[in-house]
Amino acid sequence: MSLTEIRIAGFGGQGVILAAQVVGKAACIYQDGYATMTQSFGPEARGGSSSAQVVIASEPVLYPYVTRPDVLVVMSQEAYTRFTPELKDGGMLLVEEDMVRLSQPHSNLKVYGVPATRLAEELGKRMVLNIVMVGFFGAITGLLPQEALRQAVADSVPAAFRELNLRAFEKGYEYGLQKGLENTEDVRLLPLHSFDE
Amino acid sequence: MEADPRGVLTGVHFIDGDHACCEGALAAGARFAAGYPITPSTEVVERFASRIPTIGGTFIQMEDELASSIAILGAVWGGAKAFTVTSGPGFSLMMEHIGYAAMTETPCVFVNVQRGGPSTGLPTLPAQADMMQARWGSHGDYEIIALCPNSPQECFDLMIEAFNFSEQYRTPVMFMMDEVVGHMTEKVVIPAPDRIRLYPRRHTRKAPGELNLYEPEEDLVPAMAHAGEGYRFHVTGLTHDERGYPAMNARAQDRLIGRLQEKIRRAAESLALFEEEAVEEADVVVISYGITSRVAQRAIDMARESGLRVGKFRLKTVWPFPDAHIRRLAAGARALVVPELNRGQIVREVERAAAGAARVVGVPHAGGSVHRPERILEAIREAAA
Repeated sequence: MSLTEIRIAGFGGQGVILAAQVVGKAACIYQDGYATMTQSFGPEARGGSSSAQVVIASEPVLYPYVTRPDVLVVMSQEAYTRFTPELKDGGMLLVEEDMVRLSQPHSNLKVYGVPATRLAEELGKRMVLNIVMVGFFGAITGLLPQEALRQAVADSVPAAFRELNLRAFEKGYEYGLQKGLENTEDVRLLPLHSFDE
Repeated sequence: MEADPRGVLTGVHFIDGDHACCEGALAAGARFAAGYPITPSTEVVERFASRIPTIGGTFIQMEDELASSIAILGAVWGGAKAFTVTSGPGFSLMMEHIGYAAMTETPCVFVNVQRGGPSTGLPTLPAQADMMQARWGSHGDYEIIALCPNSPQECFDLMIEAFNFSEQYRTPVMFMMDEVVGHMTEKVVIPAPDRIRLYPRRHTRKAPGELNLYEPEEDLVPAMAHAGEGYRFHVTGLTHDERGYPAMNARAQDRLIGRLQEKIRRAAESLALFEEEAVEEADVVVISYGITSRVAQRAIDMARESGLRVGKFRLKTVWPFPDAHIRRLAAGARALVVPELNRGQIVREVERAAAGAARVVGVPHAGGSVHRPERILEAIREAAA
């Protein structure tokens, strides 16, 4: 698997860091890859900006920072505005579609939307929107096997919320598969990396 | 001696350097920590505070860094393995007790997750600007040991070495992390307890009444006794004789300070932990440590792609400075390039050790982020020209 740079961004309280942690864990614990996660956040505990970067690869990751992400997941308007310009040409932009309004068409990007917060609310807990997003990310990017991500989710959340989070993951994943089918052409055009390659 | 299984979280984890540092301390047998939590080091003691009640031990959140740094020394003389954790501003406040630990030969570990300074500086952003402070920060003449990890895995592994060195040489060991390494999350493999080798406390075999507390053994390091074991002893920061009693004269000073330095200097070779690659046939060797070594690696790879012959030397042990290795590199290469997140600290040590045998090119950076790899590449090109 070639080196892939991922940025997940939103505002504090959305579980941005945990989402990135799940992706990193799936790559380096539940697959034979390597992952390095770094993060930055404002001084506020809630509501400030929050961003996590994960680099995954089949070789040890040296340079820890994301410079030109292949995949950008945004869960707030601010994150969309701030980070979209750094996305690689042909990169994937995954947006929380109720939180983010695209300011322009992105013909050089593959854009996928998911109402992650609404899907989470349907499960009874808005809190799990980050895990819905992880599921969606998994289905759309195909970077990591579903089972690896699933295990990473199970392993990253408190036992009392495991079932709920796994349901959130499945919901996001299914939504992503549907989206992916709707956009078969787009998906085929994407340079999908996978650990099987 | 093997690690106590209670402190070893055997398995594969995805944790950051701060958490891994804490696990290293627990695996090394640390059962006492005192601290005054400060960004970006807070997670180390946060984890220790949550883990230690189930293992058996003590964490005290002290009123400040002076108290934290002296509390751990008391704990060591009470028989525990102990450490404290801080960042720049707190490290400055701890200097008094680092000197006291060196003078009283108290084995312990000081963790400094470096951030931008001086003063409160950049609380959440990286620097490597306390490297000289780690060496010279306390007044007086002493030698010190300082280690510098560049990944969460190494935060675990080297923390065990740090405790081992502190016990073997009875000296405080500085564990010099940086904000990026502290907050970077990666896979950390923690081995089974029987795979972790620990250097046991150098406890005296002598009976109470027969012990001279500061009588050195063959390697110049004295064996220890703990408070409450029946030994009568005196531990003081004053210049002392082999019984531990104040002896404030030039002869006693020469004898004691000479031994404190010599016990570490003569072990320099076995203390020198490093990683090197392709240095024999290199025109330029990049010397770095901590997070900068990972940024430098990208620059080295780019330079090699363009046909340059570049070697890499990474310091894991920064103090005592591995003079002999730098001399060897300087004898083989045309130039040594030294990137670091400060405006020139370790580069001067490299210059001193190279003693003109190779050109030395620093790549300074005031901190707040890491170098751009291109900046280091530029320096390599310039040095190779």
